[in-house]
Amino acid sequence: MTTHMRNLLDRLKAGDVIVGDGAWGTLLMARGLKPGEPPETVNLTRSEVLEEIARQYLDAGAEIVTTNTFGGSPARLRQYGLDGQTEAVNRAAVEAVRRAVGDRAYVSASVGPCGHLLKPYGDADPADIAAGFERQIRALGASGVDLICIETMTDLTEAALAVRAARAAAPDVPVMATMTFDKTCRGFFTVMGVSIEQAVRGLTEAGADILGSNCGNGIEIMIDIARQFRACSDRPIAIQSNAGLPEQRGAALVYPEEPDFMAAKAATLLELGVSLIGGCCGTSPEHIRALRRVVDQRTTVL
Amino acid sequence: MTVLTEIAESLQRGEDDRVGHLVRDAIEQQVPALDILNNALLAGMSVIGEQFRLREIFLPDVLLAARAMYAGLDLLKPLLARDGVPRAGRVVLGSVQGDLHDIGKNLVGIMLEGAGFEVIDLGSDVPAKRFVDAAEAHGASVIGVSALLTTTMPVMKAVVELVRARGLNGRLSVIVGGAPVSDAWAREIGADGYGYDAANAVERVRALVK
Repeated sequence: MTTHMRNLLDRLKAGDVIVGDGAWGTLLMARGLKPGEPPETVNLTRSEVLEEIARQYLDAGAEIVTTNTFGGSPARLRQYGLDGQTEAVNRAAVEAVRRAVGDRAYVSASVGPCGHLLKPYGDADPADIAAGFERQIRALGASGVDLICIETMTDLTEAALAVRAARAAAPDVPVMATMTFDKTCRGFFTVMGVSIEQAVRGLTEAGADILGSNCGNGIEIMIDIARQFRACSDRPIAIQSNAGLPEQRGAALVYPEEPDFMAAKAATLLELGVSLIGGCCGTSPEHIRALRRVVDQRTTVL
Repeated sequence: MTVLTEIAESLQRGEDDRVGHLVRDAIEQQVPALDILNNALLAGMSVIGEQFRLREIFLPDVLLAARAMYAGLDLLKPLLARDGVPRAGRVVLGSVQGDLHDIGKNLVGIMLEGAGFEVIDLGSDVPAKRFVDAAEAHGASVIGVSALLTTTMPVMKAVVELVRARGLNGRLSVIVGGAPVSDAWAREIGADGYGYDAANAVERVRALVK
């Protein structure tokens, strides 16, 4: 780890803006991942593909590159009979990204939802789910990551379990937690009914260093979401937006938001004080290159 | 407060055990099963549906209310069948092949049952053939197909094509829904309808079975 990398949180708090990477799923599918096949199988069978994607994002200007471990919790892997290989799945993903980026980018360990509703709304026992997150994050932490990225959460209880698991299993690694909000007639809520204010309170109490939102319905809505985060939190804010919602164009499904469109809106996000900016579903290295340009222009002006 | 109002209000609070007890009481008091269904369970779910539409409540509250509804409905089903009570219609429901996301589909199932339909839920990861086989076996008039991932959406088209290939179109409608699905996509693949959310899906199914 180089000196500048040790200070991810210090850099954010000092006002630096850091560019993350974009979607992995679409790039994996372009390289042969079949519909319905769990993306994490690639970690064990074709890790060179992960290196290739990580390099593309690095070359596009990302300073944070994410591991292919969104579904790497044992609860999620169990759906494919892979939970026995939790450690191997997570370790292989970190090692592949590290091989590709070396110390030129932070390696961010993706941790997604467990895929089950917690009791009393579903059948998942919170203690089991917490233990599963700890197991996944211990494997990620032991492989040498720079950030734990808990993302696409909609249930605050589950998100907080994951943040606490990160604090326990990888105590020296900064934790970012982002949730997915919908615009409703009463304002922004996750599908489970969590408001931005509640998210800020719950995630901060659980120990998250960086808060924000990912996925969602396009970058314009993220501007309103970021504004609300800023109004109720002084922690660094992360925004990783989808390139809109997919639309039918002839035979193909296309994410509608082009790199230049997202970059123009990203300028507003930076004005609002968002300090970690990247992409989610439908974004590509081209989107990240456009975001990089906006961030660099801002730095030049300052 | 009548027992029916009491059931409806208890259902809205998500009290599944209590709804079960109260429905049993009502049955013992010789309240007709159809009365309990319409004026207690469906009346309660209708309030839940409206509150959800206005986002006065959220998914967790709907799930708890639904559990209470099923606690009552399970007791009523044999009686409704015995009395030969006609239901609003029969719908086969599932998430398409390779899709393990089923919260949206479950919500549609809950709202359909709450509107008086019989729902045959095939769960998630359902291939096209199973949708159509089940619809034929159960004499359903509507198939509801849900997808949350763009990669699984082509299965919806396969369902529509299979319904046509078996000459069932006209008697068996296909309605589609899910986050990446749109009205344009539904038209493109020749589906009979698109529900943009659970409440809207119920409206569309109602229109299709008329």
